[in-house]
This record gives sequence, structure tokens and C-alpha cells, in this order.
Amino acid sequence: MSAASEPLLRIERLSVRLPKGADRAHAVRALELEAHANEILCIVGESGSGKSMAANAIMRLLPPGVRVESGRILFEGRDLLSVSEAEMREIRGGRIAMVFQEPMTALNPLRTIGDQIGEMFRIHTRLGRREIEARVLALLEEVRIPDPAASARAYPHELSGGQRQRAMIAMALALEPRVLIADEPTTALDVTTQAQILALIRDLQRRNGMAVLFITHDFGVVAEIADRVAVMQNGELVEEGPVRELLEAPRHPYTRQLLAAVPSLVPPAPKPVADAPALTVKDLTKVFRTGGFLGRGVRVTRALDRVSLSLPKGATLGIVGESGSGKSTMARCIVRLLDPDEGTIRIGDVDVTAMSKRELRAERRRVQMVFQDPFASLNPRRRAGDLVAQGPIAHGTPRKEALAKARELFALVGLDPASVDRYPHEFSGGQRQRIGLARALALEPEILVADEPVSALDVSVQAQVLQLLADLKSRLGLSMLFVTHDLRVAAQICDLVAVMHDGRVVETGPAATVFTEPRHEYTRALIDAIPGRRWSERIAAGEVSPAALAEVAPSEPRRRGIP
Amino acid sequence: MGFLRRYLRNPGAAIGLVLLLLVLAMAGSADLLYPRDPLALAGRPLQWPFQNARFLLGTDASGRDIAAQIFHGARISLLIGFVATIVAIALGIIVGAVAGYYGGLIDDLLMRVTEAFQTVPSFLLLLVLVAVFGSSIVTVTLAIGIVSWPAPARLARAEFLTLRNREFVQACRTLGLRDSAIIFREILPNAMPPLIVYASVVMALAILLESALAFLNLSDPNVASWGNLIGHGRGVLRTQWYVSAIPGVAILLTVLAVSLVGQGLNDALNPRLKPR
Repeated sequence: MSAASEPLLRIERLSVRLPKGADRAHAVRALELEAHANEILCIVGESGSGKSMAANAIMRLLPPGVRVESGRILFEGRDLLSVSEAEMREIRGGRIAMVFQEPMTALNPLRTIGDQIGEMFRIHTRLGRREIEARVLALLEEVRIPDPAASARAYPHELSGGQRQRAMIAMALALEPRVLIADEPTTALDVTTQAQILALIRDLQRRNGMAVLFITHDFGVVAEIADRVAVMQNGELVEEGPVRELLEAPRHPYTRQLLAAVPSLVPPAPKPVADAPALTVKDLTKVFRTGGFLGRGVRVTRALDRVSLSLPKGATLGIVGESGSGKSTMARCIVRLLDPDEGTIRIGDVDVTAMSKRELRAERRRVQMVFQDPFASLNPRRRAGDLVAQGPIAHGTPRKEALAKARELFALVGLDPASVDRYPHEFSGGQRQRIGLARALALEPEILVADEPVSALDVSVQAQVLQLLADLKSRLGLSMLFVTHDLRVAAQICDLVAVMHDGRVVETGPAATVFTEPRHEYTRALIDAIPGRRWSERIAAGEVSPAALAEVAPSEPRRRGIP
Repeated sequence: MGFLRRYLRNPGAAIGLVLLLLVLAMAGSADLLYPRDPLALAGRPLQWPFQNARFLLGTDASGRDIAAQIFHGARISLLIGFVATIVAIALGIIVGAVAGYYGGLIDDLLMRVTEAFQTVPSFLLLLVLVAVFGSSIVTVTLAIGIVSWPAPARLARAEFLTLRNREFVQACRTLGLRDSAIIFREILPNAMPPLIVYASVVMALAILLESALAFLNLSDPNVASWGNLIGHGRGVLRTQWYVSAIPGVAILLTVLAVSLVGQGLNDALNPRLKPR
């Protein structure tokens, strides 16, 4: 940290105006920030806080209709807001580089990685072909991509997500920029990959002495990587300070509220679970075959490989794992969106794998699902009440009765019963997830399968929805299968945890045991990779006085109806 | 009324709508303005337009009032265009929805049939159908609908393919809804916008197909359609060209109107695709 030095980049009273008809007038209002060399500044905030808009304003890459209203962005003695477009092109990529969230869409799928990195040199320098090739190779080595020469010749789809993000970082670093803006660069990655990329960014920043502006919504990531932190809310800076100070003694109530909403890594004391199983899965196998022609060149993926699990009555079983581990396939097999190839699924005493389509339709109501994406999982052209009522109607409940019940369910999940006539787009993300929950509960299921139900939500909303899930589960006597990639969430809500890897369950046991004494190597790797683990452990151990955090229980700004 | 405002912001779409309303007005007022049979002898044949106040647009080779035929023809053209479009879109939706929703073998089968229809030039197929089933207005309309369904079917299939994997559809499946309910009540409303837009293309094509048939004297000769009038004018094309030209302009404007309305609908239904 070198706070005393002259800032590399200074944002002075920046205001960014949103087009008419947006939910507020300014995306960013009167923002003051400084980025110093040799420092990682994290900008944290929930969705809609204006953190990405601020970054885009620096690069002068604002979406159409959005414009800078006032303020200055000083960089190397110039105001970036007033330089010519030609000068700006020199600065972009050359002096200030950017890394995006989704490396697959940020790379051109039709050109090789080496070609795309080399383009930086072709545009901004007069180097020869040989020289460019050598530089590209050196860069790929620097970002520690496995087999740099082969990666340079590879197309984006041939690399894994983490490797693609490394390639993006190599591209950003090509011209040795002074400032690197990273907009949620690890959000789309698995935890273990995320840990590697964070270490890489940290390491490169130290070696090159760059200023890094790291935009994230995740306080775990902040604890891992930041030197200084700026917290934004509704386009305004609410608090700024050195990372330790901010995480351990936050001053602003909003920061405290955000920090309190981060789920702890220490599981609560284990509750006794029943012996009788609500759901038993035995030797479940699902194989996907893709591509191929006339039986040749078929790619076979064993998404589930003889998986056995048991969910006791009234308990919550967490299925955790990284992408591609088969956890979602498992959930989809259990609700029979997919047909398993082998194995049995028993609900109570009934084997549902042997049922005919007709029998299954009646049986479906016993197992209901809550989906991940609160936007995609509700039909945009139907009213919220109809969405909740449609299940009972399909199973023979008269329409009027089903709609009356939908209103009761709305109240149960904390929504205004009067809002049954609204369309899904009139609700916020958290409210939509509540509608999804009401829809699943409408059929009075015994088992709830929740597939990443909170991963698309902001932390504070996430805390509320998790609370609601746990609350309803115990009130209605449900058993729950909770699929998640987020170990913090799993630690808080699950009684039992099954860790999946490559289509197999590698470890299963009570949450408290799995998190504190992991036996399998992979489980240990996963837990080690959780961002901000040491910070959480310090809080849990009482080394940090979290008095400030404890004071503010996650307040519930329960928004009723349209905001 | 955000939709109407978005639609009318586009000048082309507004012009198209005005033209279409004009054609509709002509169709609606035909009986009031020209109560007599438009195909009956009205006066001396081959009078040029604007020469006789009784026949503002002149008369054709058989001495029939061209203006009366244009007004009554608007009805026939719109009716054929409308009904044929409904037939084509409905067939297309059923085939496309089933193929797209179920996929697999059913999809392969239905798509091969669709391709078989597409590879035969549609006008040729239309000629065959009319030759076999005769050329009354009903068969002509149905035949036009039947040769026009493959393109909407492919469009519907593409929409269903992407929509069937969306979470809201999966949610309905876990709720135990019947396939028919999922297809028609859940997916179809979401798949409609591109189909509605495409319907305007089908309608324009249907009007043109009927005119082409009539030009070859293969459409229903007992109704006053624009195509029939063009066909009649063919014999005197070099001297009294207006007989063919006037209905030709009417067809041009109607097809233009329908296309502009379709384009406007497209822009209004997908506001994000258009740069601000």
C-alpha cells in the first residue's frame, strides 16, 4: 500500500445520468475515488449500485442513452472525459485495460487465443510478426496457462473457463497498462478456479506495480484480494477505507448490513435428523451423448455415476460441487425432468423410476422444485397468481379455489396477496424467487428440491430468502434437497452435505463434520478455495470484534408490491 | 398504450397502417359506392380513366367498371390474404410446435416432410392443387394456405426449441401440467411475436399468389379480384395498359402496406433490436 503517493487515476465528482424512464435519475452520483499504483481497490456493491457503470465511464464505454453528466476522471494529467476519441483508443487497452466477467463472450469464438492477444500488439505497436508471437507466448507464460504454445493455437471453446479468463488477463496485460479494471472477473468461475485467478491477479499486480480496480459483489473475494475497499449503494459511495478497517470495523450501517448478510462458514450446531428417509436414491446413473454421426465420434459424459443418497424426513441435504459435478443433473433426475439411465429413486416407499407417464403426473406433486433463475423461471406472460395456481388446477382443484389458495401462499412467502394480479416483471428478483417458492408449495409437496435458489440474488436478499426457506421447511415439515455451489450457503442451511465431483459423491455427512473435518481431498480443496475463509474464521473465532456486525441483524426491508 | 406509441414512432409503419386502413375502407365501402354487380356490363368498353365521370377509372375490354372492380377486389384480396395466412400460420404452428417441443424422431419426421414441401416451388404446387381441386375461391384460398405453411413451421420450431428448455417450462413440467397445456398456454404466447410478424409476409405473398393465379386465368372467374382484372387486361396490354396497371398498383400498395405493418410490428415487438 502506498496511500501517500500521487494517485494514478482520480475520479472527481463523477455523475452518470441514466436515460429517462429508468428506475432512478443517476447511475452514479458525485463519485470520488482514487486508484494508486501498487494497490488493489475493490469496488463492492449489490446489483444496481452503479459499480460497473463507474468502470465503464472510466473507459468511456457507456451503453447508449447513458451519459456522463458532470465530473472529471484524471489519468496521467489528462481528463479522460474530454480527450478525443482517437486518444481514448490509445488509452484503452494500452494504458488502462479491462477484464470482463464472462470470458467466453468477451473472446471471438472464430479466432485463436494467440491471434487475439497478438491483435493488441498489431493495433497499438509496430512490432514484427516474430516479435509479436514471442510476446504472446511470454504473456501466456506469465498468466501461467498450462502449455502456452498449444493454448496460443487453441480456440476459445477448447479452453476451460479458468484458462479463458487467464487468456483475457494476458490480453489485458499485453501493453503493460498502468491501470487494470476487472469487472467481476471471477464471478462465472468455480471456487477453486476463482482462488487461482485471484492469486494470479494479486501476483501480477505486485510484479507490475499496477493499480487494479476490482469490481465485485462478494465480500469473500474482497477479503482475499483488496488493499482498499469502496462500498457503493444506489450510485453513491457510502464508505471507503483500508480493507481491514472496513471488514472488521465498518462505520456505515449499509456496510454493516451487507457484511452481516454474508453467511458464516461455521455451521450451526447440528440438529438431530430422523432415521426414516423421505427420499432414497440408489445407484443413479445418467449418461449424456452428444454429437457424432451414425454412432461414430459420439462424446459420452457420465453426468451421474452410480450415485446413492438418502434424505431423512424433515432434514435438509445439501448437494455441493463445482460446475460439471452432476449436482444439477441429480436434481433434475429427482424431479424427473430427466430420465435416469439406471438406478432407482424412491419417494418414501414408492419407486418413481418404474412409473408410467400417467402415474408419474400424479406423483409429481410430492416433489417440487425451486429454480435458480428468478427471471427465466416465471412465464413472463402470465400473472403471478395464475403461476402459483396452475399446479393445483392441473391436478383438479377448481380454479377459484386455487386462486384463493394462491393468495394465502403469497402471504405465507411474505408477498402482498393483492399483488397476485401483477406480471412477473413487476417484481424484484427476491420477490420473484418468493413467487417460485409459492408455486412449488402450492402442491403441498413432501420434498422440496432447490436448485441454486439464491445464487442469482444479492447477499442481503439472499439472506432473507434463505431465512424464509428454513422457516417454511420447519413450519410445513418439508424435507429439502438443496443444490448449491456456494459452500457458505450450504454451511448455514444444510443438516447434511454431500460433496459431488465428476458425477460421484465423494463425501457425505453432517454439515458440521464435513466443514470442520473434511476427509476427502477434494472437499478440503473446495473448502480451502472459499474466498475470504481466513477472514470468516477470524470472525468465528472471536479474534475480530464483530460487535458491530452482531448489532445489526439482517434487517428485512421487505418490499411489498412494486418498489 | 406504450405499444401503439412505439409502433407509430416508425414513419414507415405509420404509412403502412394508413394504407392498410385505406384498403380496408375500400373493401368496407364497396357495397355502398358500387352497389351493382362489379362484373356486370356497365358501359362502352375500353374507356380511358378520367374521361367519363361515371367511370372514374375507365372500363375494361368487356365494358365493366374498373373502379367497381378495384373496390370489390379489395375485399377478395384481403379475404384471401387473411384466410390463407391463418391457415398457413395455424398449420405451421401445429407442425413446428410438435416438432420443436418433442424433438427426436418426431422432429426428424416432421422436418423431412416440411423440407419436401419446401423443395417443390410453391407456385408449382399451387398450380397442381388448383388443377386437381378446381378453382373456386374456397379451394384457391385453402391451396394458398397449404403451400405457405413450411416457413412458419420452421420459425415456430426454432422458437419452441429454445423455449422448451427455459426454466419456466421445466417448472410447468414439474408441476405435472399436460403437454398440450404447456405447448399452447405456456410456450405459444411467448413464441407468437416473430410469428405475428412473419404472418404479414405470408399475407403479402398470399395476395401475390392469388393475383398470379388469376393472371393465368386459373383463379375463380366469378369473383371480382384484382388478379382477374390484370388477367383481363393482358389482351389489351399494349394499347389500353391502364386496365392491367390500375389493379397492379392496387396490389403493389396493398402488399407494401402489409409489409410495412409487419416491419413496424417487428420493431415494436422487439424494441431492443433497434438502435436508439
